[in-house]
Amino acid sequence: MKPAPFEYVRPSSRAEAVAALATHGDDGKAIAGGQSLVAAMNFRLARPAVLVDLNGATDLDYLRPEGGKLRIGALTRHAAFHRPVVEGPLGVLLARVVRNIAHYPIRQRGTFTGSLAHADPASEWCLVSRTLGAEMVIANTGGERVCAAADFFRGTFTTAVGTEDLLAEARLPLLGPNWRSGFFEFSRRAGDFALAMSLAALEIEGGVIRAARLGVGGVADRPLRLEALEAQLVGQAPSAALFAGMGEAARDLITPTEDIHASADYRRDLIRTVVNRALTQAAS
Amino acid sequence: MSWIGRSLPRLEDPSLLKGQGRYVADLARGAAAVKFVRSPLAAGAILGIEKPDDGLVFTADDLVGVKAIRPLLHRPDYVPVSQPVLAKDRVVFCGQAVAVVVADDQGLAEDLAEQVFVDIEPEDAVVDFAQALGEGARAVHPEAPGNVLVEGNIRTPGVDAAFAAAAEVVALELRSGRQTAMPLEARGGVARFDPLAGRVTLYASVQMPHMLRTGIADVLGFPESDLRVVAPDVGGGFGQKMSLFPEYVVLVWLARHLQRDVAWLEDRRENFLAAAHSRDQVFKVRGAFAADGTLLAIDADLKSNVGAFSCYPVTCGVEPLMGLAELPGPYRFSEYAARSRGVTTNTCMMAPYRGVARPMLTLTMERMMDVAARRLGIDPVEIRRRNLIETFPHRSPTGLVYDEGSYGETMELAVKALDLPTFRRRQAEARAAGRYLGAGFSVFSERTGYGTPAYAARGMDIVPGYELVNLAMDPSGFVEARIGASPHGQGLKTSLAQLIADELGVPPTKVRIIAGDTDATPYGWGTFASRSMVIAGGACKIAAGKVAERLKSVAAAMMHVEPETIRLADDLAYAEASNQTLPIGEVARAAYHQSHRFPQAGPGLQEQALYDPAGTFSNACHACIVEVDVETGGVKIERFVVAEDAGILINPMIVDGQIHGGVAQGIANALFEELVYDETGNLLTASLADYLPPTIAEMPSIEIEHLVTYSEATITRAKGVGEGGTIGAPAAVINAIVDALSPFGIDLFEIPATPQRIRDLIRNAERTSHG
Ligand SMILES: Cc1cc2nc3c(=O)[nH]c(=O)nc-3n(C[C@H](O)[C@H](O)[C@H](O)COP(=O)(O)OP(=O)(O)OC[C@H]3O[C@@H](n4cnc5c(N)ncnc54)[C@H](O)[C@@H]3O)c2cc1C
Repeated sequence: MKPAPFEYVRPSSRAEAVAALATHGDDGKAIAGGQSLVAAMNFRLARPAVLVDLNGATDLDYLRPEGGKLRIGALTRHAAFHRPVVEGPLGVLLARVVRNIAHYPIRQRGTFTGSLAHADPASEWCLVSRTLGAEMVIANTGGERVCAAADFFRGTFTTAVGTEDLLAEARLPLLGPNWRSGFFEFSRRAGDFALAMSLAALEIEGGVIRAARLGVGGVADRPLRLEALEAQLVGQAPSAALFAGMGEAARDLITPTEDIHASADYRRDLIRTVVNRALTQAAS
Repeated sequence: MSWIGRSLPRLEDPSLLKGQGRYVADLARGAAAVKFVRSPLAAGAILGIEKPDDGLVFTADDLVGVKAIRPLLHRPDYVPVSQPVLAKDRVVFCGQAVAVVVADDQGLAEDLAEQVFVDIEPEDAVVDFAQALGEGARAVHPEAPGNVLVEGNIRTPGVDAAFAAAAEVVALELRSGRQTAMPLEARGGVARFDPLAGRVTLYASVQMPHMLRTGIADVLGFPESDLRVVAPDVGGGFGQKMSLFPEYVVLVWLARHLQRDVAWLEDRRENFLAAAHSRDQVFKVRGAFAADGTLLAIDADLKSNVGAFSCYPVTCGVEPLMGLAELPGPYRFSEYAARSRGVTTNTCMMAPYRGVARPMLTLTMERMMDVAARRLGIDPVEIRRRNLIETFPHRSPTGLVYDEGSYGETMELAVKALDLPTFRRRQAEARAAGRYLGAGFSVFSERTGYGTPAYAARGMDIVPGYELVNLAMDPSGFVEARIGASPHGQGLKTSLAQLIADELGVPPTKVRIIAGDTDATPYGWGTFASRSMVIAGGACKIAAGKVAERLKSVAAAMMHVEPETIRLADDLAYAEASNQTLPIGEVARAAYHQSHRFPQAGPGLQEQALYDPAGTFSNACHACIVEVDVETGGVKIERFVVAEDAGILINPMIVDGQIHGGVAQGIANALFEELVYDETGNLLTASLADYLPPTIAEMPSIEIEHLVTYSEATITRAKGVGEGGTIGAPAAVINAIVDALSPFGIDLFEIPATPQRIRDLIRNAERTSHG
């Protein structure tokens, strides 16, 4: 349970961090909260030769709404979201979701962008980002590029972030006043990774759903946004029957992954339930 | 005023709570780090071991003259197997130690261990019962061609007649997944070599220090006095730390061979792979019932997967033979047939774990009662009323003698605590609203505090059971009791101090209990099997009583009265008749320094006492209310009631703590924890990300009711209480789940009842009901 030997550098700015990642290339690895990486290193499943510690790069520590987006810098910890970070539905949504991530001490260290870069298929922030259509700002010595969530997640622990890239920021679209959200997750114990979870956001005006976002996580190699079902929701009045039907439709759409805690059949059952419950909560 | 019966804060806690406890890792400073290289495969022949050019690396070939661990049972149906301390020629489970490395620190040791390459020609692994007992199964050990290491059989004469006469025969097959004890502190040891004395002191996180010393000295072939074993503060054991493990033998060998201090601090992954596992049983049982619900007979086929080796000293007979002997539990029937087998496989060795066999046999009998009740149209509580033992001593069909207990009374108490009629109304209303609540009960006996006769009856080569205590009051009036039991978190030092305080009339703060050091304590058996309060406590009571007699005799001489008129209390010796008092400290000093005045008492105030009882049965009823989310299969425990009788409670708070912890481990067994091997014998659940002990968020608050039955079977009138929580909880939880799901007509016979398993049953039921 001790990591293989490694070197350690601690850049003091975003620019230095980008430079350090470029210098060390394949040998280097960024460390943010360390809540996933350190465990992998202790098991010697990850063996970076050089750790590039982002925690000294204080210019990555920001969280602010700007231009219709919530800009989340790479040193923003999960715990920052315990209370709504922006006025309006997005802050409420994030506060509702964050309590499902791990345990209190882990949330004090783990970062939002670290979760995205790590890309565990059952990460809540990955589901939020995919479902709401986040943009990721990826920086390297050549400059920065903005990557849409749809292109960002490439598979289990795999993203658009390359070995010399820094995931500098994530941007979530702010939600207008008529949006409400619902989130439901099923895990074996409090704080465990979800066996299945769903995030729903509905814009409801005059008793009718005007726009919808619906995603499912923990059931495939990456978070899934169910755009076909979003389209079906639009124009409908929220009802128990509608949401139950959506749960069944979601179940039929997805071919889930299997592991020792959940077979494909079981995950299908869970998909139906989590989608139904997330939508129901959003409309209530 | 008596100290017994008071919830005295634990004398152990101030240091533990302030982080000043001394665990093995705290004693490792300056010692070289030891890391074991473990087999990545479950079965195969070792073709070669490649070592790095530099560094201290040892394999079986280096251990010249070191014997194998070979636990014995004297029974015709027991096949002894030898466990080499480092694998030689072949490996038989994934995680078996093959080589050992020594380096200056833990990180370097792990770097070095990575460079050792073990070349293994893999063989098909034998993992489960089907593979082990199937036609033409590969033998895990050549000595045991059918893979059965131990077998017990019993059959009373009237079994067939009872089944023939039965109105209802209930046939069940129950399965318990594999669990591990998961002590907060994993195993570990520090072996310090003393170059002057040529002696090794081994500090180890263990429950049985004297036995460990015997075992290591025998395997390494040196006199026991060349080794001192100390169990410092130990962070939980639950049975996992009572066996002789190869790692400790190697550690002492290294200290002697290198003449150097060495430390092995097990990590959690090693603990999962190689410490000791438990449960993993399949019980196939038939029960014959009369129409009125009277249980007439049981016929059982019990299988326990005992893993790759037999544990020393209790052997792999511990689970199967206890299952055979104790399956009848708290019920009165007299016809009993059973076959019980310990089956060897290419998996980690099984060793005792809190409850041993009884969680599973209680689950079996309690499911049996509920199923029979349903078939016969009798209320589940009523069918138990008709079958629970109520006259004592009771003799079970296997010959066990139960002392006085309160089986029916604890059940009625639990039924009352749950307020069953009100619950049934609430259950019906909830169902109408699509919510599924259920109530479940579990009544059981807990055999505790048994001495040598019980172990001798199993045919053990090493017969544990008695306890010796050396107790002395020193010239300043303080008491030291040196015990062979070895507490590791139970608060035993506090309970014993209360007991001794009452005998000697001193406050418990003047009583020091010395345990866990082979240099400082009489030979004894450590702490396991809910024995220490009963047996070490009994020996303490006797020893303290003898010292009290000496004290009285000296005090009487000092005050010129008869010894019978002396009363010891409040740190004073009272001469009742003449209204004189003397501080006990003054009497003690005189006993040592003025002994010429008291020839009849002799010098000093020290006594040894032995206690070796036949054993005593505690009893309890667990009852709980659960809610099942039928869409996810998730279970929430709403209430959990324990009505129990462990005789007199020396320290009620400590007893409640034992129950809380035990119930948590029982709930773990019922709902959460499961070790899973794949078909190649690779452990899939080797970290706490996949093996799921319940956390505080999953635990209900536990409501406890006590009854006190005075039993002649224990001289302190205290019965053991260490394992009951673990024994009773699984059956109560599972019965409650089945009750909750009764609209679906579902029965559950497998633990843990994971959300997936529950949901699978509901899905199947939904399918069949929808045609
Ligand atoms: C017991 C436990 C339970 C957990 N439960 C959950 C849970 O329920 N849900 C959940 O989502 N997570 C859970 N986690 C994971 C936790 O949320 C982690 O904090 C998170 O996954 C990673 O964030 P981090 O900042 O700690 O990243 P690190 O561990 O520091 O890094 C993780 C990976 O991301 C890379 N990385 C990090 N930041 C950047 C960056 N800015 N640019 C490029 N690469 C980067 C690293 O190189 C590394 O490969 C759990 C963790 C533990 C220990």
